[in-house]
Amino acid sequence: MSIRPLVTAFCTAALFALAAPAFSAGQDDGPTEFPPDPFPSTYQPLPSVTTLIRHVTVYTGTGTEMDDADIMLKDGKVAALGKDLQADPGVLVIDGTGKFVTPGIIDIHSHLGVYPSPGVEALSDGNELTNPDTANVRAENSVWPEDPGFNTARAGGVTTLEILPGSGNLFGGRSVVLKNVPEFTTEAMKFPGAAYGLKMACGENPKRVYGSKGEFPSTLMGDVAGYRQAWADAQDYDRRWKAWEQDKKGLPPARDLKMETLAEVLNGRVRVQMHCYRANEMATMLDVAKEFHYHIAAFHHAVEAYKIPKLLAENGTCAVMWADWWGFKMEAWDGIRENIPMVDAGGACATIHSDDPDGIQRLNQETAKAWAAGNRIGLNISEAHAIMWMTLNPAKALGIDDKTGSLETGRMADVVLWSGNPFSVYTKAEKVFVDGALVYDRDDPKRQPGSDFMLGEDGQGTGGMQ
Amino acid sequence: MKRIYIYIGMSLAALAAAPALADTYAITGGTVYTLGAAGKIEHGTVIIRDGKIVAVGADVVVPAGVTRIDASGKLVTPGMFDPQSQFGVDEVDAVSETQDSALTSTRYTAAFDVTDAINPRSVLIPINRIEGVTRAMVAPVAGNSILDGRGAIIELGDTRGFVIKDPAALFVTLGEQGKKLAGGSRAGALLALREALQDAKDYSANRAAYDKGAQRAYDLSHLDLEALQPFVNGQLPVVVSVDRASDIEAVLRLAAEFKLKLVISGAAEGWMVADELAKAKVPVIMNPMQDLPDRFESLGSTRENAARLQKAGVLIAFETGDSHNARNLKQFAGIAVAYGLPWVEGLKAITLNGAKIYGMEASTGSLEVGKDADLVVWSGDPLELTSFADAVFIRGKPMPMTSRQTELRDRYLPYIKADAPALPPAYSQPR
Repeated sequence: MSIRPLVTAFCTAALFALAAPAFSAGQDDGPTEFPPDPFPSTYQPLPSVTTLIRHVTVYTGTGTEMDDADIMLKDGKVAALGKDLQADPGVLVIDGTGKFVTPGIIDIHSHLGVYPSPGVEALSDGNELTNPDTANVRAENSVWPEDPGFNTARAGGVTTLEILPGSGNLFGGRSVVLKNVPEFTTEAMKFPGAAYGLKMACGENPKRVYGSKGEFPSTLMGDVAGYRQAWADAQDYDRRWKAWEQDKKGLPPARDLKMETLAEVLNGRVRVQMHCYRANEMATMLDVAKEFHYHIAAFHHAVEAYKIPKLLAENGTCAVMWADWWGFKMEAWDGIRENIPMVDAGGACATIHSDDPDGIQRLNQETAKAWAAGNRIGLNISEAHAIMWMTLNPAKALGIDDKTGSLETGRMADVVLWSGNPFSVYTKAEKVFVDGALVYDRDDPKRQPGSDFMLGEDGQGTGGMQ
Repeated sequence: MKRIYIYIGMSLAALAAAPALADTYAITGGTVYTLGAAGKIEHGTVIIRDGKIVAVGADVVVPAGVTRIDASGKLVTPGMFDPQSQFGVDEVDAVSETQDSALTSTRYTAAFDVTDAINPRSVLIPINRIEGVTRAMVAPVAGNSILDGRGAIIELGDTRGFVIKDPAALFVTLGEQGKKLAGGSRAGALLALREALQDAKDYSANRAAYDKGAQRAYDLSHLDLEALQPFVNGQLPVVVSVDRASDIEAVLRLAAEFKLKLVISGAAEGWMVADELAKAKVPVIMNPMQDLPDRFESLGSTRENAARLQKAGVLIAFETGDSHNARNLKQFAGIAVAYGLPWVEGLKAITLNGAKIYGMEASTGSLEVGKDADLVVWSGDPLELTSFADAVFIRGKPMPMTSRQTELRDRYLPYIKADAPALPPAYSQPR
């Protein structure tokens, strides 16, 4: 008996059962009205033409494989998916024989732009290491859109990414979700309607950063006390605002940007993305979340998630993992190759991530390694299912699975045409579409955007135009 | 109580128990990539006896009583060789107590040899061994001098005969990092290297005077000057970490002047000076994944670097930069192949070429009669992401296919299922 469909259904159900009441990004479900997004998205899809890719193997991102299928991209959306689709005159037809199509890859954990190439100090803006709580800062204010890494990531099939602050603080600040288009302002890359994330960090990093300065926190118990006090303060702040909004008499409470971010989490409008390696710390954080009535969208890195898949599933919290990183610090000591497939088989939402400008270029390969490791121990996972680890599951963890991450009709046409099976090391992303626009074409130098930074450089280094 | 879930170790456990000619094995039916004169052999047989390869070919008669390993449908290649690892001197990167790869005191520089610090019981070794890494250079990394120190070649088998060549190379750091160590300029770093080389030669010519205290003072210690001798004599390789094309050219000039046996490590912009490297017969240890301008010295990075260097005639070997995951050498070779490197050259870059760089090719790196039997039976194309090592032999011994990671996996696997054991995982003891 195959357990796959059951597991998948459970993962989805668990996620939505818990997530639905809490997450309604963009919808006002509380009396508190903080000012709207001060850095609104100005994203506009690049020009596109109606495109039909024919005779291609499609992994839909929902666990299905379709052989010799056609897919139509029209007006920025997935317009149709099936056999023998008819092309009206003027439609660009691409023969995909022998090739594969997947949803665009979503990297839910990237520091592109905030720790860009070149990695010089003047451009390193990812960690505001001056206070363990910097919930007030926003990664989008540090992103350097000219980071050549956006281009190499796109050439690797990445169409959406979450840029996070670093993990040196208990509360690192707000993340931002970007469409991977080569724009020169961050606002023009911002994924329309995607909720902000709040980067939080467990474990060694915050206690080392502050402990080494003789400051708070210097222990794990210090870390946890730090989170709890901040949440208690945020509850108080939120109550004061809500009370004032009842009758709006007198001056409003003073705005506090840290408290504002935390209150947005409590009100379900900002999603917690938490750096956390160890099983016991993840369990502790789920308790803290229950105490203060918020939800943790995902644990990032989560090298011990394979020890607690049932706990993650019960809480509707995704695990965001590497295929094989381990051993670089104590909290990464228990990493195993089978982490992702074991979390998946245990019923929780499993997701790949890079946290790395090289790894982000080969997330299909990292997914393939995890998939193969799972099947070696008999977990019997299909390729079509494993594709979800880099598409639909990160979309769920970001709360954008109603927009992208799968090739269902009406979804954003964020699509990769692969030269072959995406789980082969020899396969390359050949064409990458974002909202139906061809943003990268390996066969056409005119569709290989390059960073300003690489202009005028001698030689033929790729500088992002792989 | 035992809950052991052995998946990959099964065949080896079985063969270890079988009565057979002691230490004689026949690997039959596989596609053998010898990387020697015999090239690729379909349905080939490899006979291993007492640690050595004693026969390789398509028509080899398998002696009676030997232990057979059926490699039908599989590939047999030499084991992977990591040309610049920190096996045994780097356990947990962020735990300084477990770090022995860099000397931050400048009391000793060239004399610093990581060999005495190597822990052959490092858990990194089985973790990489079961995925096909059989030999490695254990190299120092930069401390506070441009002279990092000396490294040794190890085999990743059992602890007996663990170090097989020491010292095997001197490691030097130039480029952006070297300039910092040398006081702020690349030119200063090169000057420091020049002085060390000159003083080592001068010391060699004036040992008696030095011992009597009648020789001018040297900046390096007596032990450092002694340690430098095989390198200034051109007997052993000097591995210089450098990436920028102009930095590579500067090192090439210095190496030619001192007749060093130079190896370049890094070489992100190596392809820009590929012809000069080829002409000087200087091999390159590189990461073929490097394609970002992540430093000002690597602005010319491209994934075609490996293919371009090889095409120009440069001997290349790959490194991952992370000993914990040296097992991914095969993936990195696959990426280089995807970007233009011929497949067999990709395989050589993670096996034979490392052995060649350190002058070990007479005993390892290819599957030829008389060589040490370091080989891997792969489930499929070793450069593919979905293939894995079915069996690993080091010096003719089948390696147990378990590691700390397989034990962690096997401990927790029953708990992800519906009928999880009642007792906590800690009761599951693998041995």
